[in-house]
Amino acid sequence: MSEDANNAVGDYKYGFHDPENATIRFDKGLTEQVVRDISELKNEPEWMTEIRVKAYHHFMDRPMPNWGNCSMLDSIDFDNVTYFLRSSEQTEKNWDDVPDDIKNTFDRLGIPEAEQKWLGGVTAQYESEAVYHSIREDLEEQGVIFLDMDSGLKEYPELVKKYFCTVVPYADNKFSALNTAVWSGGSFIYVPKGVHVEMPVQAYFRINAKNMGQFERTLIIADEGSSIHYVEGCTAPTYSTDSLHSAVVELIAMDGAKIRYSTVQNWSANVYNLVTKRGIAHKNAVVEWVDGNIGSKLTMKYPAVILKGEGAHAEIISVAYAGEGQHQDAGAKVHHLASNTTSNILSKSISKNGGRSSYRGLLKVNPKAHGCRSKVVCDALMLDADSRSDTYPTMEVSNSSADLEHEASVSKISGDQLFYLMSRGFSEEEAMGLIVNGFFEPFTRELPMEYAVELNKLLELEMEGAIG
Amino acid sequence: MSDLILDIRELHVSVDGKEIIKGINLAIKTGEIHAIMGRNGSGKSTLAHVLMGHPAYEITSGEIFYLGKAIEDYDVFERARAGMFLSFQYPPSIPGVQVGNFLKKSVNNVRDENIKAREFRKELNNAMEKLEMDRSFLSRYVNDGFSGGEKKRLEMLQMMLLKPRLALLDETDSGLDIDALRLVAKGINETAQNIGVLLITHYQRLLDLVKPDFVHAMIDGKFVKSGGPELALELEARGYDWLEA
Ligand SMILES: Nc1ncnc2c1ncn2[C@@H]1O[C@H](COP(=O)(O)OP(=O)(O)OP(=O)(O)O)[C@@H](O)[C@H]1O
Ligand SMILES: [Mg+2]
Repeated sequence: MSEDANNAVGDYKYGFHDPENATIRFDKGLTEQVVRDISELKNEPEWMTEIRVKAYHHFMDRPMPNWGNCSMLDSIDFDNVTYFLRSSEQTEKNWDDVPDDIKNTFDRLGIPEAEQKWLGGVTAQYESEAVYHSIREDLEEQGVIFLDMDSGLKEYPELVKKYFCTVVPYADNKFSALNTAVWSGGSFIYVPKGVHVEMPVQAYFRINAKNMGQFERTLIIADEGSSIHYVEGCTAPTYSTDSLHSAVVELIAMDGAKIRYSTVQNWSANVYNLVTKRGIAHKNAVVEWVDGNIGSKLTMKYPAVILKGEGAHAEIISVAYAGEGQHQDAGAKVHHLASNTTSNILSKSISKNGGRSSYRGLLKVNPKAHGCRSKVVCDALMLDADSRSDTYPTMEVSNSSADLEHEASVSKISGDQLFYLMSRGFSEEEAMGLIVNGFFEPFTRELPMEYAVELNKLLELEMEGAIG
Repeated sequence: MSDLILDIRELHVSVDGKEIIKGINLAIKTGEIHAIMGRNGSGKSTLAHVLMGHPAYEITSGEIFYLGKAIEDYDVFERARAGMFLSFQYPPSIPGVQVGNFLKKSVNNVRDENIKAREFRKELNNAMEKLEMDRSFLSRYVNDGFSGGEKKRLEMLQMMLLKPRLALLDETDSGLDIDALRLVAKGINETAQNIGVLLITHYQRLLDLVKPDFVHAMIDGKFVKSGGPELALELEARGYDWLEA
């Protein structure tokens, strides 16, 4: 890594970058030909090419959302994005076979170490494709499929065809269309009936190149009575020009299955993070989103659950931290389609140094869904007067038997708390760090311990220089 | 070196332009326990807060010397690290921060020596046993949902672990049941051996258990009378009216 790069990094400790040694790099900009070229390069079946092209046209025709941070959205320069970049000829099963530059990056991010200690499988994506992939043998023996999405499509085309775009149709929104048109990488997971994957599996997404667009696509199917915990992390170098990350994640929890999807998004402050995440929960199934948004310039992400089968449950816990120049527009959506379905939404946000966080929620209960219960709690913590926090909850409830609770609060760090902690020897910054970590604790405690520790450190770092 | 821990000279303190402390002198030596009794609103907590360095209070005149140094410019946490401890009359809750973790960090902040994890656990167990606190408190959030008496016990636990040079105890006895009062008093007596203690209280029942060397009666921002333990008994019997000019 060059000195310049080092200097540019500032406080963001993952802001370093490697030389760009692309083996294939598409010209910037998006055309139908680019979409077809990606598909051809990957040797995809006809139906996938078709859906990509349809999605491409939908993306081009569809206007930008007229809500959210329109001025930030409008400043995305789609012509200045690299839509596909291959940096390694193949996905390796052994870290030693991964090209050195790339391996070093993941070493610095602590991925191989984490894999050895506590993960059931790892996929590491660098730019457009997975460079490393492995799964524990015992899981493979039980029939668990854990592949990068490109390999998933090659090896299990019928399974992918059956479920692809069924949870998030390409025309769902402008960015789901974009992702469907140019998707590359992501994870494909199938957990057979009754199999419980005890150790979490992890995907790590790294953008390295400038003006890169990363469009991974993830599809997780948990068959009846099975369970899995999937964890994703993401970082990028700090550049003065913007990168675009636009993913789509589709989860399918069959009867009695449970999927937990945890994210710690820590993109550098030049990344647009526009992601569509949605899960379907069938009878007595559980879908849980544990979603942390620390980095990025603009995040727009509203993890959703469709409660399709009776007795299904959705759990969405999210936190957002918006610092200087950042807008975290996050939230949650739950659609109660079936009777006796339940949902819990907890959203916590912190705004600092003029940062902005918004909670956008949608809760729907169908007329025929009886006896549904939902609880929504939104807490915002403002660290100074320049920052901003908004809540946009929408409820469409057409069944009077629904039992709904909604609580929202906006608070500041109290002088009493600071004085108390400082009287125990914490400096003002340390005291704020402790209060902030405490505020996020309901989220942090849901993460694997290693992540929780890392997140707490990160927030403490963010509090440095917080005192004017 | 003198054994003077705290030396307050002609202290005047205002908050929002209103004078609350109106000329206080007080010297506390190692091993001494000073009790302050006084009417509600007379300025007792204000004095404790000012000593700890609360930013809302303005010292308009007078000086505070701690261990021989003028401390006006010391920040709150620097005073804590120099061995000052305040047991709060109303300890605030810190949601999401677990007691065990908070204690460990506080001890590391405040005590000079590097305390090994094992040693810390031993001290912690010991102190919790003395205060008859259940270990389940360690995983609860600091003061969050604690009863009044539980909060005061946690304050005492912190004092025992932080080993201060000067302990400012603001109504540590209020809210404690009879048995807890006895345990807390024992804790204070043990800790108080070689330090200075300023004990703010309304009741003789604590002073029966923790024998003060000096008692100061406070009215309207001033010590109107100082004396030995017998003054506390007199205040208990007669109230404060007789002290007013
Ligand atoms: N921040 C503040 N702003 C305005 N007034 C204050 C502030 N702090 C203290 N005061 C006032 O100063 C006076 C002294 O308050 P203090 O809390 O020191 O009393 P106290 O002697 O501890 O009373 P108690 O026995 O009820 O605890 C009171 O009239 C109180 O209202
Ligand atoms: Mg008081």
